[in-house]
Amino acid sequence: MKYLALLYSDYSTDPDFGSPEFAEMMAAYQAANDRFVADNVMAGGEALQGPETATTLKVRNGKTETMDGPFAETKEQLGGFYIFDCENLDEAIKYAAMIPAAKEGSVEIRPIMELPE
Amino acid sequence: MSVPTSVRTAVEDLVRQEWGRLNASLIKSLGDFQLAEDSLQDAIESALAHWSRNELPTSPFGWVLQVARRKAIDRLRRGASFAQKQAEYEHLLRLDQEAHVPQLPETLKDERLRLIFTCCHPAIEERARVGLTLRTLGGLTTREIARAFLVSEQTMAQRLVRAKSKITKAGIPYEVPDDDLWPERLPGVLQTIYLIFNEGYASTAGDHPIRFDLCDEATRLARVMLSLRPDIAECEGLLCLMLLNHARRDARTSANGDIVLLEDQDRALWDRDMIAEGLARLQTVLRRGEPGPYQLQAAISAIHSEARSFEETDWAEIALIYNALFEMTPNPVLLLNQAVAISYSQSVEAAFARLEQLQADLDDYQPFYAAKADFLQRAGRCDEAKAAYERAISLSTNQAERHLLQAKLSNV
Repeated sequence: MKYLALLYSDYSTDPDFGSPEFAEMMAAYQAANDRFVADNVMAGGEALQGPETATTLKVRNGKTETMDGPFAETKEQLGGFYIFDCENLDEAIKYAAMIPAAKEGSVEIRPIMELPE
Repeated sequence: MSVPTSVRTAVEDLVRQEWGRLNASLIKSLGDFQLAEDSLQDAIESALAHWSRNELPTSPFGWVLQVARRKAIDRLRRGASFAQKQAEYEHLLRLDQEAHVPQLPETLKDERLRLIFTCCHPAIEERARVGLTLRTLGGLTTREIARAFLVSEQTMAQRLVRAKSKITKAGIPYEVPDDDLWPERLPGVLQTIYLIFNEGYASTAGDHPIRFDLCDEATRLARVMLSLRPDIAECEGLLCLMLLNHARRDARTSANGDIVLLEDQDRALWDRDMIAEGLARLQTVLRRGEPGPYQLQAAISAIHSEARSFEETDWAEIALIYNALFEMTPNPVLLLNQAVAISYSQSVEAAFARLEQLQADLDDYQPFYAAKADFLQRAGRCDEAKAAYERAISLSTNQAERHLLQAKLSNV
């Protein structure tokens, strides 16, 4: 089964690019990624640019309206995602718990819908 | 069609005793909670009709299991997603052809352990876990569960449907967790069983202070858990705790349904057989030297069970056990209970000093004000005692509890 793991964290407390803390964070992600690949559960994943780069859009009556910023004004924002290919939810939870964002922010796991062919 | 009493009783007994095992076996072969439940329900209805016309089968268990599998085959054939369910369908046909000999429960691998871990999975909402466990393993109907928890049948049905759908869609495994996950997952299972018991023992809402049906069901589930994992001391500890508490059921309410507190209970009404079982089990399990919160709570209950009267209770020992319990599970309610023990083993003043430290944590907790009122009254501070009883009454959600507090208030 495929699971999407959505990484939420508070951008204001993220370490600055180039700082030793930033290097530490990147190393932690690298270690997690290596493990996901080694265990053959990694089916994708990306880090996202900050919420200040987000654009939200709606189409109403055929007209596209765009807005600056993410839809929800909450402290924790979507920062990246992984797609895991796992046996079941327990396995997905096990791997999601290894994502560094889980320690500071939170990770939401959603099963990916399997549509009949 | 009229169903003879003997048949109705046989079917009801089977549902009571074997629903969990039958359902677990079906879920294992079908991989689908809803389909298993629906097919089992079909088979039970079929049993009522067939057994009324003919004699009871040699193995009612085997009969129902086989018919339920055939009902599942029918449902799969008729279903819209037949193509996707081909594997399950073929598996069922194979099982059906193999089952020449009627299957007895003893010869069938017990799948209930898997099932209880699925029903009590932490990814399922807590309230749904309790209902799902009662439905899936206990065989209680949605209506019975709804009545026990005083919600509408529709609300309970929605809660159960949502939980079952999450199990399927989110891929909650139908598996006993790996050994390294046990310490994390077992407490949730035992807690669910204890929540069922407590909802029966001290209903949070409604007019009945005790619901024996839920207490019996929880005790039965605890016995199942213990029979499946006799090596885990806390499984036995939980059963001991429930037996020792439940033994006092007949003394806990008066003829008109009012709560009778421990100090006023007629100890002759206590169920001595149940106490004897609880004490014997507790003694054995404590000797294993693997203490846990359920064993310690059972030990406190055992001290009450052994005391000939309220006055002769070993309160000092009880206060000590609360220390050990608080170390394992720091919870201010434990300190409140300890203060009550100290009020008898030492003095009301010593107990009151401890109580005051808990005010901030337990400010909206009814038993806190009931204890405070009692201490104040025993210290002769009647006006303050009255105010505390009034606060306790305002926080109570149970009619029988309110009656008791009002009676206490009028005695100040």
